[in-house]
Amino acid sequence: MALRVRERTSMSLYERSFLPEVVRGLGVTLRHFFTNLIFRGSWRYTETVRYPFEKRTYPERFRGQHRLLPREDGSPRCVACYLCATACPAYCIHIVAGESPERAVEKYPVAFEIDLLRCIYCGFCVEACPEDAIRMDTGIHTPAFLSREDGVVGRVDLLSLLGRPQTPEAFGAQNVREGKPRGQ
Amino acid sequence: MASLLVSLLAFAAIVTFAMSLAALLTWMERRQSAYAQDRLGPTRAHFMTFRGKPFVLFGLFHVLADGAKMFFKESFMPKGADATLFRVAPIIGFATSLIILCLIPFGPDWVTATSASYPLQVARVDGSMLIALAVGSLGIYGTALAGWASNNRFAMLGAMRAAAQSVSYELALGLTLVGMMIATGSTEFSAVVDAQHGLVFGFLPNWGIVWQPFAAVLFLVAAMAETKRTPFDLPEGESEIIGYFLEYSSMGFGVFMLTEFIEVVVLSCLFVSVFLGGWQLPWFVGDTSSGFIFGSLFGPSAGWARALDGMVVFGVKVFLMCALQLQIRWTLPRFRYDQLMRLGWKNLLPLALANIFVTAVLVYVDPSLALLAIVGVAMVVGFALVVMAGPKRVAQPSHGAH
Repeated sequence: MALRVRERTSMSLYERSFLPEVVRGLGVTLRHFFTNLIFRGSWRYTETVRYPFEKRTYPERFRGQHRLLPREDGSPRCVACYLCATACPAYCIHIVAGESPERAVEKYPVAFEIDLLRCIYCGFCVEACPEDAIRMDTGIHTPAFLSREDGVVGRVDLLSLLGRPQTPEAFGAQNVREGKPRGQ
Repeated sequence: MASLLVSLLAFAAIVTFAMSLAALLTWMERRQSAYAQDRLGPTRAHFMTFRGKPFVLFGLFHVLADGAKMFFKESFMPKGADATLFRVAPIIGFATSLIILCLIPFGPDWVTATSASYPLQVARVDGSMLIALAVGSLGIYGTALAGWASNNRFAMLGAMRAAAQSVSYELALGLTLVGMMIATGSTEFSAVVDAQHGLVFGFLPNWGIVWQPFAAVLFLVAAMAETKRTPFDLPEGESEIIGYFLEYSSMGFGVFMLTEFIEVVVLSCLFVSVFLGGWQLPWFVGDTSSGFIFGSLFGPSAGWARALDGMVVFGVKVFLMCALQLQIRWTLPRFRYDQLMRLGWKNLLPLALANIFVTAVLVYVDPSLALLAIVGVAMVVGFALVVMAGPKRVAQPSHGAH
């Protein structure tokens, strides 16, 4: 065990007199005070955002509330493969699969519910989806609920949401994509 | 009769000035500290909107909100408290501060057209500097009684600290003024202010701070300790003992808080009168004046214009001194108790005594005070050089594993 003895150094006269350092400290606080007093915008040191009145723009990949993407005919792109529900670490996605009337599509979600009170907004469901059917690009915060039941969002509500307009092309700008399942 | 009326008017003027400035200081304390710490400060209190945004007026409504809050809180008195002393204690400190204000000349004598002269000073009494020190010492009774009457150990602890601190720093406070008494040959505020007229060396204001820069600094330190604000706020010590006003609520606490800010104003008034030339501003307001605001508009010869100019200059100086005190309060951390006592007894007191000795010698050698001014300016220049040169930075031993 290495024992290190640190010598106690007494303060020099310069330090013990306090005054020069007090003056220098005053210089620092006065610099901040007058900079914040006189300037606006990026010259300021202050970074505060007055939240309800000002809102900062979120990054492009901000994960907001989920939405389901529709095909051109308005039916969900989801094929009820359960990959999102399997990937979900919070077990918040509940899917009931049904047989699709279309020949090209095997299954469709009879029910697709997300419990927003359980969701941790990790985005794994988006990455797991092979159909680009679920995204988190709405930019919406989790809303407040009055009961636990209100926290469960169903298929119709999820389909009705739109992506943020500033979502870049590379990440998928359209709100409706051609409803052709991959591999056909 | 007329002089009594003028005294009453002067009293109303200085008390209104001090009270409004103290109220403003509660806002300045928040706003100034916020800007110094890169925050925004109070921005919420409002009662109407302007262009869709809340009309906050730089947060000035917080002063009103504070007052309203204080009035509507429950006025609580703990069990076992001494009812009379508990109620009287806040008033004592408040009253003593106002008494000191009465001794401060806040403008030149108001000379009317009929060449009657009225002093802009509530009480012009001989030895008013000594009276100010004596009355200022009484202020500690309010604090000590508040702590004792509360029937609370922590309040008592705060009161004890306040008493010890006050006693320790009063000595230095009084002794730092002795230098100015020697230099001006008077212990009366208006005489001291009058002695600071004109220029020294033809370009520097002939103020006490030029003759006695060291005493001015010592006085400021001692007086800040007397106001019991950071870095000398051990009697409050909100993170450890809360302090002598621990049991006070409602306006009882409000008066303590207001007293604190009034004390800041009073200290600024004292400092401005003794070290910053009072209501005088060389080149503008003084003996050879061209007039300031009113003087330049209506001619400096008009007595009332000269008086108003003096009041404006005095007010601005006091305001700036208050701002400096707030800035110091938001720059420095709190002293430890033993450091506080060491600073008071082992540093300030001997230095104040040395200052008296040196001042007396310099004034004896050269009664025209030129030598005193030369030494004073040399000290300021030397100090500025030391600050600009900075310290010898010693390499700190690095922390962490090796």
